[in-house]
Amino acid sequence: MTVARTQQPSRPPHRRRRLNRDRITAILMLLPSILLLAIFVYGFIGQTVYTSLTDWSGLSLNPEINFIGLKNYNDLFTGLLDVRFRQDLVNTFFFTIFFLAGCLGLGLLLAVLLDQNIKGEGIFRTIFLFPMALSFIVTGTMWRWLFNPGGGVNRLPGVIGLQPLELRWLTDRTQILQFNWQDLPGIILLVVAAVLAWMAYRRWQRGRRNAARVTGGIAVVLALFVLLGGGKAIPTTALPETHGFNLAFIGIIIAAVWQQSGYTMAMYLAGLRGVPEELREAARVDGCNELQVYRHIVLPLLQPITLSAMIILGHISLKIFDLVFAMAGADNATTDVPGILMYLTSFRANQFAKGAAIAVVMLIMVAFVIVPYLYTTLRSEHEL
Amino acid sequence: MTGIQFRPRRILIYTVLVLAAAFFLMPIFMVVITAFKNPADINLETVWSLPNPIDLQGFAEAVNAFLPNLRNSFILVVPATILSALMGSMNGYVLSKWKFRGANIIFPLMLFGMFIPYQSILIPLFQFLNSIGLYGGIPGLIVAHVVYGLPITTLIFRNYYAEVPTEMVEAGSIDGAGFFGIYRHIMFPISLPGFVVVIIWQFTQIWNEFLFAVTLTSTDNQPITVQLSQLAGGEAVKWNLPMAGALLAALPTLLVYILLGQYFIRGLLAGSVKG
Repeated sequence: MTVARTQQPSRPPHRRRRLNRDRITAILMLLPSILLLAIFVYGFIGQTVYTSLTDWSGLSLNPEINFIGLKNYNDLFTGLLDVRFRQDLVNTFFFTIFFLAGCLGLGLLLAVLLDQNIKGEGIFRTIFLFPMALSFIVTGTMWRWLFNPGGGVNRLPGVIGLQPLELRWLTDRTQILQFNWQDLPGIILLVVAAVLAWMAYRRWQRGRRNAARVTGGIAVVLALFVLLGGGKAIPTTALPETHGFNLAFIGIIIAAVWQQSGYTMAMYLAGLRGVPEELREAARVDGCNELQVYRHIVLPLLQPITLSAMIILGHISLKIFDLVFAMAGADNATTDVPGILMYLTSFRANQFAKGAAIAVVMLIMVAFVIVPYLYTTLRSEHEL
Repeated sequence: MTGIQFRPRRILIYTVLVLAAAFFLMPIFMVVITAFKNPADINLETVWSLPNPIDLQGFAEAVNAFLPNLRNSFILVVPATILSALMGSMNGYVLSKWKFRGANIIFPLMLFGMFIPYQSILIPLFQFLNSIGLYGGIPGLIVAHVVYGLPITTLIFRNYYAEVPTEMVEAGSIDGAGFFGIYRHIMFPISLPGFVVVIIWQFTQIWNEFLFAVTLTSTDNQPITVQLSQLAGGEAVKWNLPMAGALLAALPTLLVYILLGQYFIRGLLAGSVKG
């Protein structure tokens, strides 16, 4: 960089010195923020990781803290006492799936409808988006009352003269889609095998025969491994353990979709407005009806938006805490999520080491989603 | 386009939109009618009927109960918002107009801080605030919100300043303005819309935040979200109180949204990094 500068004889020396001084000033002005984030984000994460490898619990002033390696993690995933954490992971999985599907579906529907030259579009947009300005605690409080067994939603059919519903919503104890935790390694491996098989198929289509053979081969080996009973060889819980989707989450999913689908609507609407009218017109000239224009022209163009929305909403649902806290309470095991369990374990039971381990698992889940996203968005920005 | 409005397809579209609007407004309607009911009038048969008569006493009771927490929230939100906005503006200026070697690595590392689950830093944060005597009070909460607000404020300002033509900065530089001169006379005066976006965003986020509030403050210093969550926690509650509380907690951010919605949406979309 300095070499390039000295090759510009037109620039007077005092200005060059000035510029260098300004560059240093600039870095100095950024330095406080860099240091704060280095300590408060990375330093603290490091400390949490370390804590998760110890047996620290209790509030005494000088607790005796021993390094115990990965025992906390081992307990969380296989220990008899930590069955609640495993159900929390399952809860998070199902919550994320339905929450994403709801937000993407409703958001896309509303955006497409608003894209039809609607009178009063601004008013509709304002109405669909206002829940985003509310706190999860406010949303949770409102919907807790609405889903109260004697509350608003069950009485809603009564408003138009029908029989009121008798649904239990947040207090429902039913669990569906049950599976045995011990089968989980096998299930995950099969999913991986299926993804690899699909990738192999795509590569084969594109003529990359050798790459397809390698990926396909791995998929077949994985599938055979599981089918021959290899999944059971991976150690999990000592006893069979049933987990599944708790129906009590339906109410929470509805509230979360109510709050967040305005966001996907706004993103999709911005995307729809970016589709050139000529493109749609060309498709119509080619004989497409409105529905086909959307299916073949518009929706494929919205795919990057869907991906961004899935990542942003997905990472929100992986760390969901306030909404569940306000709607179902912290002590309701049926509707527990890792965020709440971490809070209870650390700040009510003072088991800081185990709380830290739960937090690290949450961080890893979020990082899996966010790091590739940051990497690709920022890289494409630099290429421009 | 004439005549199109009356086709069945149009009627269907408007029907779906109106139903959706009813779905989105329903909870707010319920909150308002319940907040102004006499507790004795809240029962199965009348959940959806309008309050008759309108009971202001329950609402006044809620205002009294929530007033200290509303004050705490304001004492927290104002300084935290201003500080994080000012620091974000300076960071954005440096990262957009004074790029240095390594900036492309440092920026994503800073951004990562806004996506992490805060549970993963909560225990050390709690210990740290405790050790410097800020645990339990509002100043400690301000520190947390300023630091963890830096990534998003930096991101919004960086993207905002990136749109400012480099020629303007160079012109300032030729006129003899240095680092601070360019910021004060060129960048800062045109940052007003950027500041509005960032201030609205931070105000909403910090006002609505719950995890830090519930873990880092003692009873006297709790913001409104914590008080609301506790009031709604009991089973046999008089529902007019939490509903009035929800209304009070929602009002400031709702007002900002209604008055300055365009800026709010810009902040919202900026959160998806691409801007």
